[in-house]
Amino acid sequence: MKLSLSGTLFSVAACAVIALSVPSASSAGDTIKFGVAGPHSGDLASYGLPSINAAKLVIDKINAKGGINGKKIEMLVEDDVCKPEIATNTATKLVSDGVDVVLGHICSGATKAAMPIYKDAGILVMSPSATSDELTLSGDYPNFFRTIAPNAAQSPAMVDFAINKLGFTKIAVIHDKGDYGKPLAEGAKKYIEEGGKAKVVLFEGITPGAMDYSAIVQKIKKSGADVVIFGGYHPEASKIVTIMKKKRLKTAFVSDDGVKDDTFIKVAGKAAEGVYTAGPQDNSTNAMATDAKKEHKAAFKKDPGAFFEGAYAATIAMLNAIEKADSTKLEDLKKVLQTEKVATPVGDVSFDKNGDAIGVGFSMYVVKDGKYVVVK
Amino acid sequence: MISLKELKKGLLTSLWFVFLTFPIMVIKVDPFERTITWRWHNAVYMAIGTFCIFFIMKFYMQRKEMKKDTQKDSNDSILQKTLLDTRKRNIFIGTVLAVALLFPQFVSSYQTNVMTTALMYVVLGLGLNIVVGLAGLLDLGFVAFYAVGAYSYALLNLHFGLGFWTVLPIGGLMAAFFGIMLGFPVLRLRGDYLAIVTLGFGEIIRLILENWGTFSQGPSGISNIPRPSLFGLDLSLGQAINYTYYLMIVFVIITIFVVNRLQDSRLGRAWIALREDEIACQAMGIDKRKTKLVAFSLGAFWAGAVGVIFAAKTTFINPASFTFLESAIILSIVVLGGMGSIIGVIFGALILILMPEYLRALSEYRMLAFGAILVCMMIFRPQGLISNIRRTYKFDKTNLKTTPK
Amino acid sequence: MDYFIELFFSGLTRGSIYALIALGYTMVYGIIGLINFAHGEIYMIGAFTAFIVATVLSIYGFPLLAIVVIAGVAAVVWSSSYAYTIEKIAYKPLRHAPRLSPLISAIGMSIFLQNYVLLAQTSDFLPFPALIPEFAFMEPIAHIVGSSDLVILITTFIVMIILTIIIKFSKIGKAMRATAQDRMMATLVGINVNSVISATFIVGSALAAIGGLLIASHIGQINFYIGFIAGIKAFTAAVLGGIGSIPGAVLGSLILGLTESFATGYVSSDYEDVFAFSLLVLILIFKPSGLLGKTTNQKV
Repeated sequence: MKLSLSGTLFSVAACAVIALSVPSASSAGDTIKFGVAGPHSGDLASYGLPSINAAKLVIDKINAKGGINGKKIEMLVEDDVCKPEIATNTATKLVSDGVDVVLGHICSGATKAAMPIYKDAGILVMSPSATSDELTLSGDYPNFFRTIAPNAAQSPAMVDFAINKLGFTKIAVIHDKGDYGKPLAEGAKKYIEEGGKAKVVLFEGITPGAMDYSAIVQKIKKSGADVVIFGGYHPEASKIVTIMKKKRLKTAFVSDDGVKDDTFIKVAGKAAEGVYTAGPQDNSTNAMATDAKKEHKAAFKKDPGAFFEGAYAATIAMLNAIEKADSTKLEDLKKVLQTEKVATPVGDVSFDKNGDAIGVGFSMYVVKDGKYVVVK
Repeated sequence: MISLKELKKGLLTSLWFVFLTFPIMVIKVDPFERTITWRWHNAVYMAIGTFCIFFIMKFYMQRKEMKKDTQKDSNDSILQKTLLDTRKRNIFIGTVLAVALLFPQFVSSYQTNVMTTALMYVVLGLGLNIVVGLAGLLDLGFVAFYAVGAYSYALLNLHFGLGFWTVLPIGGLMAAFFGIMLGFPVLRLRGDYLAIVTLGFGEIIRLILENWGTFSQGPSGISNIPRPSLFGLDLSLGQAINYTYYLMIVFVIITIFVVNRLQDSRLGRAWIALREDEIACQAMGIDKRKTKLVAFSLGAFWAGAVGVIFAAKTTFINPASFTFLESAIILSIVVLGGMGSIIGVIFGALILILMPEYLRALSEYRMLAFGAILVCMMIFRPQGLISNIRRTYKFDKTNLKTTPK
Repeated sequence: MDYFIELFFSGLTRGSIYALIALGYTMVYGIIGLINFAHGEIYMIGAFTAFIVATVLSIYGFPLLAIVVIAGVAAVVWSSSYAYTIEKIAYKPLRHAPRLSPLISAIGMSIFLQNYVLLAQTSDFLPFPALIPEFAFMEPIAHIVGSSDLVILITTFIVMIILTIIIKFSKIGKAMRATAQDRMMATLVGINVNSVISATFIVGSALAAIGGLLIASHIGQINFYIGFIAGIKAFTAAVLGGIGSIPGAVLGSLILGLTESFATGYVSSDYEDVFAFSLLVLILIFKPSGLLGKTTNQKV
């Protein structure tokens, strides 16, 4: 398993492909290699790019201070387009390049495909966004950690809120057929039916990226639901609430963490008012979160996107673990992650034995005057 | 060398591009903060860039013209000539084979992994080549058969615990069966109507996999699919990658052999005849219906078998892997390589699949470059990289004044 | 009954937008027999240009009517220019190439344009300014037919009439029809085929730009990826109606829009696209060249 220049040239000659760059195999040991993997091109790029920025901000700060235990941190950024088959290439590439820890992947599907490769190489992986229950709860992936709560915690939070807090009994459950939204919606449906307090009057999936959602909105209206629980991401959610407002529908809208993004409020504008979303615990009072946002604004001249705080937190948590353990071995890192709390933009976190962050729970928010306000 | 007229034309072209890219390249608005950023430097880059490209193109065209005058009859590339000569061909094939076999020993497992992916696309390309290149049926939903194969393995393994080697033929046959299912209703359709129906078919398969959760586990996909087994040995990841690679090499060789034999068979001739002229072909007594159906099912068979390998290689599948873009890439492989040409398809697959991987150095510009290269390749070699040369019989030149082509 | 009418109108709105895009496909196909996969991207660029121009103007405080007009004109001008340039770069050199080569060139162009906008602008979703105001007189029936639905329907209708007039009576329209019928013959009678092809691309993309502007303002958001799905749907609609036939494209689009709407309303939106594509397959089985497509007898 050596990556030599001649080897690369060899493959170039063999395949008649112009290799535009040769991944330089820098001498191992003098840097800590920090991998960032996720969709950096294609239709889901907007979920992956913020995590690069987050990692860059944290790493630049640490490098400016001289690195960790005298070692500089080097970033290896690889695109997986959120596709499982590409994610395995991405993962193999990172492992070949001698990566020490990986921030990513972003999509649950890509993460599941990539994990066996990291597992085999004994590399710590921490995702800011992959919420599939299987990743932590199945026990198949001991090297997987995340700074976002799993679906299993989120669906009940949304349902309890809609039923017990808002007092609704007729619920329409809508999802985007994706690997994030659908399991979430299915979980919500199951939880509602088991609770017996409310009824699911409509359960449907919409096509992401479809031109408009008028028909499904009419259907929600006809179903007589008094609340919509939506599992999916903000682009679809903002389309639905915009159309709902256009059709003069007063049905309440409760949604998930994928919707609680500033872009949602900006894009949906007035239609976003009164929408409830689940989201990571309120960290508006967390100085680190506000600072991180400010840093981003200063460095990239725009607001950070989705999963930025989670990615920022994951970067801090992993680098902190490397510093404390003074090693990049999986077992040492796990020990630190599971025993020590570290201050991050999503709160002071440590991790449980499955790899889920303790102290990262859900709060419910409502959009009020263009801002997310915690519902107490 | 550059005349004033050309200079003027170059300036106009670059001005046109500055105008064209003005709103998207220069203006950047932030609708939330209500600020506008004018990025004039982009306009300048654009102007200089297009100006240079214009003259490079001019230069290229001139050289092409000159070449045309001097040597006329060199359409066949060296490669094709090599392949026509039996002795040279054997040497060539031997070298390629040796390189292929030693490849994993010299490079990292990442390179091997990527190469395995490329080899999978070689087989997919060869499969589609039967349908598009030989039989002339434009299929935009080829990925559906790939999905059928992948899900066959994942589901049969999940529910019945069937192993890789058992499912490999089953997956292929399942896909072939779907090929016939698709083939029946669309037999009457011609050309681009066929294209859209196959596209629709591909989408339908994907949507069913996505929505019918109890059957396919929906968008969450199926994980922990076992890798290909080798007499029950326990392979490490690196070994498994190499093993899959060699498996793919064997599979590619089998495919090439079969497709090559098919091409020269009665059936292959019938496909080519069908592609060239349907009516004349029918008049010659070829059963159009049967011939088309066989093309569909044989093409699908390879896709299904590769699907099984795909599922075993990634160990995780979900419907998101089987989108229209994938069909488009496979089709591009066939067209780019040269329709109907086996060696062309192999090169097409290697280039199109390896390129995005090696373009990773360009990071976010990767797909931009990919799109641009696709367009450029088509412009400069519209007939494909290595076009299929059909067997021709030449008269002895000494006896005739004119040489018939 | 209300429910039926609601679904009917939402299907009609969707169908109108499909029609505006599908026309571009069908006209280009009619003339050079190319499935122009980059057409969806032209629609996206139209919408994006409108977004940029409208936002700039609204920052400078222009009145709504001026914004609508200027943004509309800009969208049409730029997307036509893009289509014109793309035709010159990516399709013209391939006019005598094997049939599938321009198709691959178009797919490459589509990937290129998507990433071009992604890189030059942003990957985020952006709020499209509400260019269509909520009319007061529509308020009583707003829950059934909204103002933007009305504007979309009326605009599409007017645009269709203008297009029909151009195609039927203008000189360039006649030239287009002649070229579509027989390119060689058209050249012989003195038609400049190259400029006719350019004109077709320009007209088709102007329609797509209008569609982009309308739908973006209806749903209030855009990003660089909207062209892809819209393009595929519109292409489906064009084939459904008989590719190459202009009334066919409109009919196919409306049928597709209505099918999707009713499938969602009465069955399930899970299988919305399955219904759309199954309908296509069914129609093509019984009418192999689409609803209004010409069935040409192949001769030897």
